[in-house]
Amino acid sequence: MTPRTQRIIGFVAFAGFVVLVALLPAFINDFKAREYAYVGIYLIALLGLNILTGYTGQISLGHGAFMAIGGYTTAILMAGNEQFGGPISGGVKDVWTLPIAGLVAGAVGLLFGLPALRLSGLYLALATFAIAVAMPSTVKRFEEFTGGGQGIQLFGTPELTGSISNVEILGRSLTPNDWMYYLAWSIALVLFAVAWLVLRGRTGRAFRAVRDSEVAAVSSGISLARYKTLAFGISAAYAGVAGGLFAIASAFVNPDTFPVALSIYLLVGVVVGGLGGLSGLVFGAVFIQFLPLWAQGQDLGSLLPGRIVEETQKPGGPAIVYGVVLILLMFVLPNGVAGLFRRIGQLISGRRYPRPE
Amino acid sequence: MLLASEFADFMQQVVSGLASGGIYALLALALVIIHRSTGVINFAQGEMAMLSAYIAWTLMTNHGWSYWPAFVATLAISFLGGVVIHRLVIRPVEGGSVLRIVIVTIGLLVAINGFVIWKWSGQPQQLSSPFGTSTYEIGGVVVAAHDIGTIAVAVAIVFLLWVLFRFTKVGLALRAAAVNPVEARLVGVRVTWMLALGWGLAATLGAVAGMLTAPTVGLDPQMMQAVLIYAFAAAVLGGIDSPIGAVVGGLLIGVLLNLLSYSSKYGAFDWFTEELRLPAALLVILVVLLVRPQGLFGKPEVTRV
Repeated sequence: MTPRTQRIIGFVAFAGFVVLVALLPAFINDFKAREYAYVGIYLIALLGLNILTGYTGQISLGHGAFMAIGGYTTAILMAGNEQFGGPISGGVKDVWTLPIAGLVAGAVGLLFGLPALRLSGLYLALATFAIAVAMPSTVKRFEEFTGGGQGIQLFGTPELTGSISNVEILGRSLTPNDWMYYLAWSIALVLFAVAWLVLRGRTGRAFRAVRDSEVAAVSSGISLARYKTLAFGISAAYAGVAGGLFAIASAFVNPDTFPVALSIYLLVGVVVGGLGGLSGLVFGAVFIQFLPLWAQGQDLGSLLPGRIVEETQKPGGPAIVYGVVLILLMFVLPNGVAGLFRRIGQLISGRRYPRPE
Repeated sequence: MLLASEFADFMQQVVSGLASGGIYALLALALVIIHRSTGVINFAQGEMAMLSAYIAWTLMTNHGWSYWPAFVATLAISFLGGVVIHRLVIRPVEGGSVLRIVIVTIGLLVAINGFVIWKWSGQPQQLSSPFGTSTYEIGGVVVAAHDIGTIAVAVAIVFLLWVLFRFTKVGLALRAAAVNPVEARLVGVRVTWMLALGWGLAATLGAVAGMLTAPTVGLDPQMMQAVLIYAFAAAVLGGIDSPIGAVVGGLLIGVLLNLLSYSSKYGAFDWFTEELRLPAALLVILVVLLVRPQGLFGKPEVTRV
């Protein structure tokens, strides 16, 4: 396959995927649409995290915290924080809060990118993990902005969002779940294209050079400081938009909306989806949304002996399954689902080694 | 000029800071031992300690053991558990990418946490302190027996570890395997078993930390989450490869956090509230990594091209 045909196949696949996404709500029930909306939201966060971890080689175990920043930005702009004694009166329509959520989270990401320049590998994992752990208590401390432990409700402002009651769009009435689905996925697809554009050009090459060898990158005239902080900024901005959407979809934020586990799930999603590729991330997003449900034996109930299903539905059971699946995945699929497909493709085409990027 | 009562309060905060610092030091030591020998940062260290505390609790509550036999049995079980975890879970990904190792230890974290909730429910339990709940007054300073006991246990364990690493053949082999595994193997050290032994030791240290933490904060599945971050901060502050650094770092973090709470009570740093303890530890981690990445006692890392 020449790169040209590869690109054509890529475009056709993307177009097919867009059509699939557009038609899906017609085939699933209304309740499921919201679950798939969350898949779209996770996809956005994963796209961002993959720019940082997959392409630039910087681990982050704290992306849930950047989602929290985006989520709180959206919630405060919509509902305001005057009721807690804060300065913002709110009243911004939900869609317009998303760019701001992205910008605020992106700015914080850039700032954190500066100290992170000095860290690599395990140390970066550790520092970002500490951010994820410290985020909920920081939110509680600044109660006048964030509502503290109680959080912020968005149910009081149905006129600002279609997530709560039906909306008219182009003469058709959309249920809140369908509306949420289309909002999340249209933003996800646009941001997917943006990520592809950023990564295919000069910037993407610089990111990959930093990942593969910092020394070689510097020798070729690439500024480590510039590209690492840039990757942090873009990545955090994606997480911020995802966090904003998450707040809209849940119509509520509190410190537990963005727990440490979320940061962990995101990193897991990127690894499952395959580092350094974009299309595999859809699997990662599906994995994040549905593995906890599968782990409860919900959809697989008929395939497993009843006794096992019973045990895994007790509190804590799903977490055991999740942890074990995670460890086994790292043993058998070190390159994620995308890596598995690449491997199968290589076997079929008879090519032993992948084409160099 | 400090009033006498203020001074007593101050000393009280220092003593209880040393006690919690001793716990952070033990867990930080566990992290350091594992990082030195296998180059892994074990995100599941806190959950392993929490599981150990639950094992001690169930031996006493459900099986009627008294404290010290349960204590010793828990240490033995934890040691074996650490060895098994290394052979079964860590060994297959050792030497692979950092990301794989991080995710495997996180998988452990999630699975152990789930297991404890599944087996014993998430309800908080009460694990008694072997030192009782009495308090002593020394020169106007009120100190809890549990705090004194915690400090004593921490000191004793650090001393034992020092003897093990410094004066025994196993300790020498452990150090050799950590410093240069290839040459250690050439002179007959069974490196793989030494690494597993390191994990066993770390799990045992964690078990002590868990059993000492539970009486003050209550035994529940989330109890070690914050302690793990303080231990990370302690290990980074002291130098992630330095056992002495881990101990000093742990004590410093314990006292520092208590003194911040203390001074906010008397007007200085009055913006500091209990919620800021974790962010303060995060700040310590970031500042140390930026200003002095090797920590107080570590050797600077030299990278060759």
